[in-house]
Amino acid sequence: MGWAIALHGGAGDIPLTLPPERRLPREVCLRHCLQLGVDALKSKKSPLDVVELVVRELENNPHFNAGKGSVLTSSGTVEMEACIMDGNMKCGAVSGLTTVVNAISLARLVMERTPHIYLAFDGAEAFAREHGVETLDASHFITPENIQRLKQAKEANRVQIDYTQPMQKKEEDTATADGDSQTGTVGCVAVDSDGNLAAATSTGGLVNKMVGRIGDTPLIGAGTYANSLCAVSATGKGEAIIRGTVARDVAALMEFKGLSLEEAAACVVKERVPKGNVGLVAVSATGEVTMPFNTTGMFRACATEDGYSEIAIWPLTKD
Amino acid sequence: MVGWAIAVHGGAGVDPNLPHHRQEEAKQVLARCLNMGISALRSSLPAVDVVELVVRELESDPVFNSGRGSALTEKGTAEMEASIMDGVGRRCGAVSGVTTVKNPISLARLVMDKSPHSYLAFAGAEEFARLHGAEVVDNDYFITEDNKGMLKLAKEANTIMFDYRIPTVLSDTCGASVENPLQMNGLPISVYAPETVGCVVVDAQGRCAAATSTGGLMNKMCGRIGDSPLIGAGTYACGLCGVSCTGEGEAIIRGTLARDVAAVMEYKGLGLQAAVDFVVKERLDEGKAGMIAVSRNGEVACGFNTNGMFRGFATEDGFVEVGIW
Repeated sequence: MGWAIALHGGAGDIPLTLPPERRLPREVCLRHCLQLGVDALKSKKSPLDVVELVVRELENNPHFNAGKGSVLTSSGTVEMEACIMDGNMKCGAVSGLTTVVNAISLARLVMERTPHIYLAFDGAEAFAREHGVETLDASHFITPENIQRLKQAKEANRVQIDYTQPMQKKEEDTATADGDSQTGTVGCVAVDSDGNLAAATSTGGLVNKMVGRIGDTPLIGAGTYANSLCAVSATGKGEAIIRGTVARDVAALMEFKGLSLEEAAACVVKERVPKGNVGLVAVSATGEVTMPFNTTGMFRACATEDGYSEIAIWPLTKD
Repeated sequence: MVGWAIAVHGGAGVDPNLPHHRQEEAKQVLARCLNMGISALRSSLPAVDVVELVVRELESDPVFNSGRGSALTEKGTAEMEASIMDGVGRRCGAVSGVTTVKNPISLARLVMDKSPHSYLAFAGAEEFARLHGAEVVDNDYFITEDNKGMLKLAKEANTIMFDYRIPTVLSDTCGASVENPLQMNGLPISVYAPETVGCVVVDAQGRCAAATSTGGLMNKMCGRIGDSPLIGAGTYACGLCGVSCTGEGEAIIRGTLARDVAAVMEYKGLGLQAAVDFVVKERLDEGKAGMIAVSRNGEVACGFNTNGMFRGFATEDGFVEVGIW
């Protein structure tokens, strides 16, 4: 037993040829967020506080698809969603945010200040203002890279899931239309040495998504889940994660089939969701961590109290 | 080939003092919808079509809390949500924040069949509806005098407390209408009972489907989403079964109830009724809810820890039942 933390910045068809200027800032951010989370756990902050502060940091970083840097809807706007869940089963979720700087914190407010779990669109924005939550003009969240991604997606006339396609359109890009990058979410899971668990996920969704489209991130049991056994945050193609009730299934396999965290997570990712669609990070009450994915890569980082740590994008080669 | 089976519900949690004529009215609606489903099954309509048409009928009838007759938001408007899931391929569609679409369940079906997504909400859902020529009406269409009255009572009862598990002393503020202490979602049950509607079906080919539709919680905050449109919470269907839940939305979400019925069947090998019983007993903590379910083997089941659940069942071998308690 001991504390453990894992975080992700999206799973998808991340090309091995990802240029350094696209790769390095994200690695730096993952490293920074991991350190923030580890320091927080070491200073005995609750896992709920830890996952919130890590995801806030990821939301604020424009290189990931959450908060600032969120991908754009078909109308060129930003619609953000997030979800947080405590291992004691309390949870909160929000969707359709356009001006709230930190969606994950609003999700936490829903959990703590209302008798509800999920608030969306105008109602969520009104709730944010009632509670003096930090908001900024919608333009704050829009980055030039995402304007470009939307343009590309419209040209290719498909819904794109971020990260894959390089900015310069090359011939081979259109050829990989089926291999849509499946990244596009940030998340964090944590457990302390007492076995308290928490999970948090946040996203801007899919590039060129229909206005009003809700993905897996805010759906308890799909993109986010925590109970007394484990905490899970998933990323990838939202529609596949919803259908596969991914986050709940990891916990269900542990609970009902007695699988270990690693076995349960591997089973869900390898056998229950089509290839190229999902990745997740998960921790167990006993301090284990796992980060499986069935996509080309997943921006991820983890650390455990016994000193193990990892920051990676593609599968680690086995020697 | 199996025998087909169908179950419908009109909500878990019933006022024990519900007047007899209201009980009869509810049973008649359930029976009528059940019969429509039975006819459809006899003409070999696939499960996913049957659940849609049955829920459409429940939405069109003002008796239960969906479509016309929906519970009202704090602003006095109707804000509806629904979801549908086809066990074949576990395809799904859901909508929330629907204010003018006459049949939210059909909009959810359109999302499943005609969009690249699984879930559309609010302005985006309404726009999608118009794009596809779904029938739209004024929001007034959904609002009944009954529910306007209920909303007033809910506001007087000082409505949803922050922690609705703390019993509130209401009898002195509510007058004679609140005779019993039964509460759900923080409201006395005479003022508000969930009355979400749903239908689950297994057809003669063993295909399962589920559909759920609701106006949500009386006096809810605008933008509040409950369990009904959430796949795995209020609705679920896969190769093994179809499930639709109703009750305290937040408890159903936390308990991922609909998914858990299928999960214990799949991962623990429980039969349908045993799975339903397990979930109702183990996954609801202090929450109040109920569910109906069918299995690919032609079985029906239901379970609830509430005071009653409006429900109806029928199986191909002739079993038919409509009940409340």
